[in-house]
Amino acid sequence: MKRKGTFLSRLFMALVFVFLYAPIALLIIFSFNAGSSNTVWKGFSLDWYGKLFHNRLIMQSVYTTLLVSLLATVIATVAGTFAAIGFYAMRRRVRQPLMTVNNIPMMNADIVTGVSLCLFFVAVFNGWHGFAVWFNQAQRLFILEENLHLGFGTLLIAHIGFNIPYVILSVGPKLRQMDKNLVDAAQDLGCTWMQAFRKVILPEIMPGIVSGALTAFTMSIDDFVISYFTAGSSASTLAMTIYGMTKKRVSPQINAISTLLFLTVLILLAIVNLREARQERLSARRAG
Amino acid sequence: MSKELIRLRDLCMAFDDEPVLNNINLYINDKEFLTLLGPSGCGKTTTLRIIGGFATPTSGDVLFDGVRINDVPPHKRQINTVFQKYALFPHLNVYENIAFGLRMQRRPDPKDPKRMVKIPNEEIHQRVMEMLEVINLKGFENRKPDALSGGQQQRVAIARALVNRPKVLLLDEPLGALDLKLRKDMQIELKRIQQQVGITFIYVTHDQEEALTMSDTIVVMDKGNIQQIGTPEDIYNEPKNAFVADFIGESNIIDGIMVRDRLVQMYGKQFPCLDGGFGENEPVDVVIRPEDIDIVPVEQGQLAGTVTNVTFKGMQYDIIVDFRGFKWLIQTTDHSPVGARIGIKIDPDGIHIMKKSAYSGMFGDYSSFSEEYDELDDASLVPDEEESGDET
Repeated sequence: MKRKGTFLSRLFMALVFVFLYAPIALLIIFSFNAGSSNTVWKGFSLDWYGKLFHNRLIMQSVYTTLLVSLLATVIATVAGTFAAIGFYAMRRRVRQPLMTVNNIPMMNADIVTGVSLCLFFVAVFNGWHGFAVWFNQAQRLFILEENLHLGFGTLLIAHIGFNIPYVILSVGPKLRQMDKNLVDAAQDLGCTWMQAFRKVILPEIMPGIVSGALTAFTMSIDDFVISYFTAGSSASTLAMTIYGMTKKRVSPQINAISTLLFLTVLILLAIVNLREARQERLSARRAG
Repeated sequence: MSKELIRLRDLCMAFDDEPVLNNINLYINDKEFLTLLGPSGCGKTTTLRIIGGFATPTSGDVLFDGVRINDVPPHKRQINTVFQKYALFPHLNVYENIAFGLRMQRRPDPKDPKRMVKIPNEEIHQRVMEMLEVINLKGFENRKPDALSGGQQQRVAIARALVNRPKVLLLDEPLGALDLKLRKDMQIELKRIQQQVGITFIYVTHDQEEALTMSDTIVVMDKGNIQQIGTPEDIYNEPKNAFVADFIGESNIIDGIMVRDRLVQMYGKQFPCLDGGFGENEPVDVVIRPEDIDIVPVEQGQLAGTVTNVTFKGMQYDIIVDFRGFKWLIQTTDHSPVGARIGIKIDPDGIHIMKKSAYSGMFGDYSSFSEEYDELDDASLVPDEEESGDET
C-alpha cells in the first residue's frame, strides 16, 4: 500500500515536470535544428541563431527591451528604496494598509493592469491635447506637441510602475532587520539624516536593494501583456516581437530567441535565489 | 563637581495623547554619574532620548550650559550616546566604528579659521588608538562587530562615543544584554572610565543594584514622574514613598500611625523611631528593611509571628514570617524552621517612616514571595523598549 502510494506520487511528480519542462526542452532542442521543421530533426546547426543576429526587427526589439528594462530598473530601484524607507518610518496603523495597496499590483492580472494603463494614457493624452491646443493658440513662444501617442515613454512609465512594488517588497525586510538605533547612532556621531542614510542605512540594506533591482529587471525583461498594451505601435519589446512573429509563419528563429530569453531569465532568477540563500546563511551566522 | 550642566524644566512628553513624562524637573551637574532608574515604561529612556535630541518634548525646556537646546539636532549637541544593544555599524570594523564620529567632524582650520577642515588622519589614528587602550581592546582594530563578544562590543560602543570628547555621555541600559558576571565587571569598568575621562554620565537602567553601585545621584522614576532624587544612600535609607522603598532593595512596608515625633504605632504596639515632623496620629507607611530585624525568643520580642517559608541564600536565610496575616521578609544568619513561633526586635534606626502616597498598600507584603522573585528574574530579560513609542 505504502509502496504503491510512493509510486503514484512519484509518477505524478514526473508528469508535472514533463508538462512543465518538456515544451521548453523541445523548444531549445529545435532551436538547434538544421531544417526549418519543428517536428523533424535534421541535424545540429546554429543557423537560426546566426539569422537571429541579422534580423533587424529582432535586434531592434532586443535593444528596446534592454533599454526599457535597465532604465525602469534604475528608476524603480531608487524610487522603491526611498518608498520603503518611508513605509519603515510610518506607524503600523498607516503602514499596513499602504503595504496592501503596494501588493495589489503584483497580484493583479497583468491584462487588467495593461488595459487600465492603456486607457489611462489615452485619457491623459486627450486632456493634454485640449490643453496644448489652447496653449498654442494663446501664445506663440512655446509650441507644445498636440498629439501624444503611446510609445517608448509610456512603456517605460508602465515598467517603472509595476517594478516599484517588487523593490519595496525586497528592501522593506532589510530595513526591519536593521538595528533601529543605527540611524540614531550615526546622527549622534555627527551625521545629518542624508549622511546617515549614505554611510549607514545604504550599506545595511544594499543586499535588499540589489535583490530588488534584479527582480525588477527580470520582471521587465519577460513582461509581455503590460508592454503590449502600453507600447503602442512605435516601440516593440522582444516578447512583443516574438508574439508578432508567431502570427505569420512560425520560424525556428522564434525557438532560438525564446531559448536565449529563457536562459537570461533563468540566470537572473538563479542569481537572485543564490544571493538570498547566502544572505540567510550570513544573518543566521550573525544571530548565532 | 557642583557646576550645573543640564537642566530639564517642566518637561512633558506624550505619544498619541498618551502621557509618557509629566513635569520632569531635574538638573545634572558637570562630571556627575547620574542614573535614571525605574521599571519598564516609566519614561527613563524617553528622558534620555530627549536629552540626546532624538525626541522633542511636547512641552518644557532642555537647557545645556544655560542655553535652550530643544531644537538642536543630535549631531550638533556635545552629547554622545551608548545605545541599547550597542548599535555598532555592522559593515565597519572596530577601528572605523570608533573613528566614525571623528571622520564626520569639521573644525576651523588653524591657519585660516574661516575654513572648516577635516581632522587629519594621523590625529584620528592617535585618538582611536588612545580609546582602544582605555577600553583594553588593542589588537582588535580589524575585527568586525559580529566577531566580538557582547562585552567587547559594549566597550567598542563606549569608545565610539567617548572618542568625540563629549561633555556628556548617555548610556541606555548598556549592560542589559550581558550576563551577570560580565555585568558586574563592566559596572566597575564603567565607573573607572567615567572617572578617567572626567565627564558627565547619564545612565538609564531598571536594575537597582547597578544604580546603587555606580551612581553619584539616582533619579527614581515611575509612570512618567520623578519619585525621588538622591544619593544611593539617601534613596536606600530614606525612601520617599512605598514605590521607592519597594523598588530599591527589599522592604517590608506596614501601615502605621505616628503617635508623636519619634514614636510610631504598628499592630497596636508602639515602636520608638528616629523620624519626626508628622502630624499627631497621622497614618503613615513604615519601612523596615529585612536586614534590620533581629530574631529573639517570643517573650523578648516586640512582635511575635510564625515562620512560613525559609530560603537559604548562602550568606543568609530569607525567611517569611506571618504577623497576623501580613507577611514580612527577614534576612538573618540564624536558621529558624518553618512553623516556628519567633519574636522580633527592631532598633529605632531600623524604622523609616514615610508619608502616605498613591503607592501605599501596593507594595511591601511578601505573601506572594516566590512569585515576586520570578517576576524580578523575568523583568531583567524583557528589553525595555515599550516606552520609546515605537511599534515594531
